Amino acid sequence: MKRSNQPFFWLLFGAGGMLSALIGAMLVFITGVAAPLGLGVHADLMSHANAIAFARGIPGKLFLLVVVSLFLWHAAHRIYHSLHDLGIPPGPLAQAACYGTALLGTVVATVALLAIGF
Amino acid sequence: MADTRKIVLEVLRYTPGQSTAPTLQQYPIEFTDDMSVLQGLQQVKDFVDGSLTFRWSCRMAICGSCGMMIDGAPKLACRAFLRDFLPGPLRVEPLEHFPIERDLVVDISDFVDKLGRITPWIEPREPRSLEQGEYLQTPAQLERFESFSHCINCMLCYAACPQYGLDSRFLGPAATALLHRYNSDSRDGAQAKRMELVNSEEGVWACTAVGYCSEVCPKAVDPANAVNQNKTASAVSWFARFLPGRG
Repeated sequence: MKRSNQPFFWLLFGAGGMLSALIGAMLVFITGVAAPLGLGVHADLMSHANAIAFARGIPGKLFLLVVVSLFLWHAAHRIYHSLHDLGIPPGPLAQAACYGTALLGTVVATVALLAIGF
Repeated sequence: MADTRKIVLEVLRYTPGQSTAPTLQQYPIEFTDDMSVLQGLQQVKDFVDGSLTFRWSCRMAICGSCGMMIDGAPKLACRAFLRDFLPGPLRVEPLEHFPIERDLVVDISDFVDKLGRITPWIEPREPRSLEQGEYLQTPAQLERFESFSHCINCMLCYAACPQYGLDSRFLGPAATALLHRYNSDSRDGAQAKRMELVNSEEGVWACTAVGYCSEVCPKAVDPANAVNQNKTASAVSWFARFLPGRG
């Protein structure tokens, strides 16, 4: 019997799910609603200078990498297991497309966070 | 009959070799408040149409023979009451996800094969002779597996499972629950063998945690819980392989 490769993806899925449940809605609200409309946050909270300073610090880099990559892995796994509802059969190709996108996003985020400097 | 009411049973009929496709046949019946769907079918078979075919035995939700789709949901016909489906008509069909053998009887050989694959018996952790006496167990040790031993193999959970419907290679809810029953028994020593099946592509990983299996279970076995516990165990063993000294 062939061992399933799903435990690896399932744990990333679980970690991303937990993280998005804890902070996802709050992040969307702060960055997408509160900051642009100036609702109860400092006016330059999301200014370029603040954002780049955040991304240059080690804690900020780790936070951004974890949020971007785990959310992607969570979505990739969820989408992979929902594909049959769209009439797309699960298989190596669909797996490569879903998990490949998450891997690509993780690599791009890592490279960008390193390129932005310290 | 005192206080009878009327309902129409709309039953799926299919005879291999004769029917080209399943058809629905309507049987108007009279029933009393205490009559189950199974008794309704028996009334049809005894007095209206002797060719109607269905499985049944105990009439009291113990044997697990009379599972069928009742009003679109997997139920035991002996445990569903006609009075709950008024005004009707009440659709009665064979269990989903299994090939139809005839009318409401399905071919269960896939499930029986699966039962055989899970080593559904205790292989003693340490063999004891008769002189050494019985294997003792604490109430806490019993509690770990007892609820999973209540399965009556009615296969309602397989008819409920969308993943089994998509790909019947999936070991499925009841077989996993029973596997878990033996794996969590303190007397058993065959966990490693069963975990190979749990970890495999046909094992627990085909489950997407829909949970309908546990909802339809007439014995509150909670197979979804068994699958979930084994996902955790399987994930631990997936990573444990990479630790030094582990195969």
